[in-house]
Amino acid sequence: MTEEIIIAGFGGQGVLSMGKILAYSGVMQNKEVSWMPSYGPEMRGGTSNVTVIISDERISSPCLNQFDTAIILNQPSMDKFENSVKPGGLLIYDPNGITTHPTRKDINIYQIAAAEEASKIGIAKLFNMIVLGGFLKIKPLVTDEFLKKGLEKSLPARHHGLIPENIKAVEVGKEILKPYHTL
Amino acid sequence: MKELKLMKGNEAIAEGAIRCGCDGYFGYPITPQSEILEHLMAEKPYEKTGMVVLQAESEVASINMVYGGAAVGKRVMTTSSSPGVSLMQEGLSYIAGAELPALVVNVVRGGPGLGTIQPSQADYFQSVKGGGHGDYRLITLAPASVQEMYDFVELGFDLAFKYRNPVMILSDGIIGQVMEKVEVGDYKPRWTDDYIVKTYPWAATGKPKSRNHNIITSLQLESDKQEKVNLRLQAKYKECEANEVRYETFQTEDAEYLLIAYGSSARICQKVLQLARKEGIKVGLIRPITLWPFPKQIIHDIGIKTKGILNVEMNAGQMIEDVKLAVECKVPVKHYGRFGGIVPTPSEILNALKNL
Amino acid sequence: MTREEIIKPENLVYKKSSVLTDNVMHYCPGCGHGLVHRIIAEVIEEMDIQDKTIGVAPVGCAVLAYNYFDVDFIEAAHGRAPALGTAISRLYPNHFVFTYQGDGDLAAIGTAETIHACNRGENMTMIFVNNGIYGMTGGQMAPTTLEGMKTSTSPYGRDLSIMGNPLKITELIAQLPGALYVTRQAVYTPALARKCKKAIRQAFENQKLKQGTSFVEIVSNCNSGWKLSPVKSNEWLEQNMLPFYPLGDLKNNK
Repeated sequence: MTEEIIIAGFGGQGVLSMGKILAYSGVMQNKEVSWMPSYGPEMRGGTSNVTVIISDERISSPCLNQFDTAIILNQPSMDKFENSVKPGGLLIYDPNGITTHPTRKDINIYQIAAAEEASKIGIAKLFNMIVLGGFLKIKPLVTDEFLKKGLEKSLPARHHGLIPENIKAVEVGKEILKPYHTL
Repeated sequence: MKELKLMKGNEAIAEGAIRCGCDGYFGYPITPQSEILEHLMAEKPYEKTGMVVLQAESEVASINMVYGGAAVGKRVMTTSSSPGVSLMQEGLSYIAGAELPALVVNVVRGGPGLGTIQPSQADYFQSVKGGGHGDYRLITLAPASVQEMYDFVELGFDLAFKYRNPVMILSDGIIGQVMEKVEVGDYKPRWTDDYIVKTYPWAATGKPKSRNHNIITSLQLESDKQEKVNLRLQAKYKECEANEVRYETFQTEDAEYLLIAYGSSARICQKVLQLARKEGIKVGLIRPITLWPFPKQIIHDIGIKTKGILNVEMNAGQMIEDVKLAVECKVPVKHYGRFGGIVPTPSEILNALKNL
Repeated sequence: MTREEIIKPENLVYKKSSVLTDNVMHYCPGCGHGLVHRIIAEVIEEMDIQDKTIGVAPVGCAVLAYNYFDVDFIEAAHGRAPALGTAISRLYPNHFVFTYQGDGDLAAIGTAETIHACNRGENMTMIFVNNGIYGMTGGQMAPTTLEGMKTSTSPYGRDLSIMGNPLKITELIAQLPGALYVTRQAVYTPALARKCKKAIRQAFENQKLKQGTSFVEIVSNCNSGWKLSPVKSNEWLEQNMLPFYPLGDLKNNK
């Protein structure tokens, strides 16, 4: 099994940390992982993306142009990455702020209204965990047990009290994910 | 006991330094490698192992602090990225000339000039052909994973002290920034001052009555003496070439075509291999791990049996000169590269391979 | 009296320090470097710290200083001695580390390293020999060359409007919180040489305190570069250099 994922959005949406939690959970589950961020001026609040690869085998390139899954959180990322999903692959996006919805017919597309839900239930900071939940519903690459261990590893100890909330947000994500176009 | 961590390549360099018993790090911030100094400062190795960590006033100062530390027999290092490494060339030449062991890491970004902060491999020539003035060589290691970033710190120090020669870890923005699984070892104690005195009698550790004073210098005012220094250096480099060549091969057994790439380009080429093999193209890959000494023999032996070689680098074609020399131009060698911080995609390399 | 009758222990009034080697110094007759070397060597001998002393030589006339001191020595790149000294004193905190630099080395190409080492308060002794000229390369203008002073690159005299001002780097160093002891000395008379030795002794003693950098400037002559006899150059030094570079302690926080 090898899953090649791009997560893309605005800086500040928690794109990098979501990728890191996923990668760390993979490590805990004894998978090979790679987490490759876009870096540089993007760090200052522009667009931000990270390539996460989780595999049972040694990982080849950490930089890719074709992905099994694209998780897209803003319009510039949709413009850039919709066509990078492999045929038969998966695209998950938050419709918040999206003006041009995806048009591919050869991939599975899901919507997750994570921004709206996060502000509705007052957990705006856990927006990214809701998105992660949606992804894990379709591709349960890591079990809840290892997700929890991944959170423990990637969050500083002083934030460990927030882990139950994080897990809850993941559950919320699993519930609110909606198919948009499926094969 | 081994421990698994998820780390950036840059953090792995810092962690590798602390855990292998490095005595001192002197550096100056520059993207994309500032995490090295940041991680060191956060880990407070001066409390754990007694390692000295200092943010210097410039790369020029950093490399000369390394020169000072190396001269007194300590395991010292610096890290930077391309523009900063250019500033270090004078110091590197002195360190090579004075025959001192030192470790330098270059997390390469695009150039020339201020260039870009994105990944590049445009400093190949600088690392393996000189960089500073005079006839000298840097042992150059090209890590292709975060694990190798970690492992090559200790390996680099071992080689540096074995040959009394500076070692360069030539990385790039991808390997510096990517996070991967790393197996880290225990904290090894730093060498004691007594051990240094006993094991490295050349070091300027303070002159006891029992020996003559140790002088560390790269200056010889008489040319016959300087020629002797050069001859000694060349003999040492020959020994390095005989003993220290490192490389990795992938699916070369039945290869009709050959990719040659190092560092992150070699990772991308592993993906190209998968894609090409799916299409029935019999292609192999050689990844030089030491860029100097260069794995000439293996490239020659495998290369001349193929129909053609594609050299892949994130530059305008630098290593290709060594590849052509290695195969003595007996088979066609083409270059594919992107530069300015653009990372070539596996598909575009595959296309270039098909057009060989 | 025969030679043998003269050379007797009871007649001994002066001997070469055991911390100096037997190598014949290459310095020009009348140059201050030899004296400064002797003073440093005597201080090391008297403090009995030869086995714990590490010196760093400059590029300039004193480039071969390592041939004359019988202590472990490192030859730095031009201007970088304070960077080497920084690392050495941090890696061997109980050793005695000294750098030895001229004006071009310390106050032109190596200004950044000088200022930052002193500002961090690196625990070492910095010896700065200021003769207002680049001696080794043949008498070019230095950062400390006085106004109107003729050198091979200011052949009509230093014109401040074109060549900028002479730099009083020691005054700058004295402003830095890391500098513990900053002093300006000279060695062209026996009395001044004795005073200079006291200053250098204090600079080395200070290293035991680990409270900062000790910086000793020695205003010296360059009879070759100044194109004067040794005697005349000392007179010139007194009349021209000292008014601009006055002697004395600039800072003594010990």
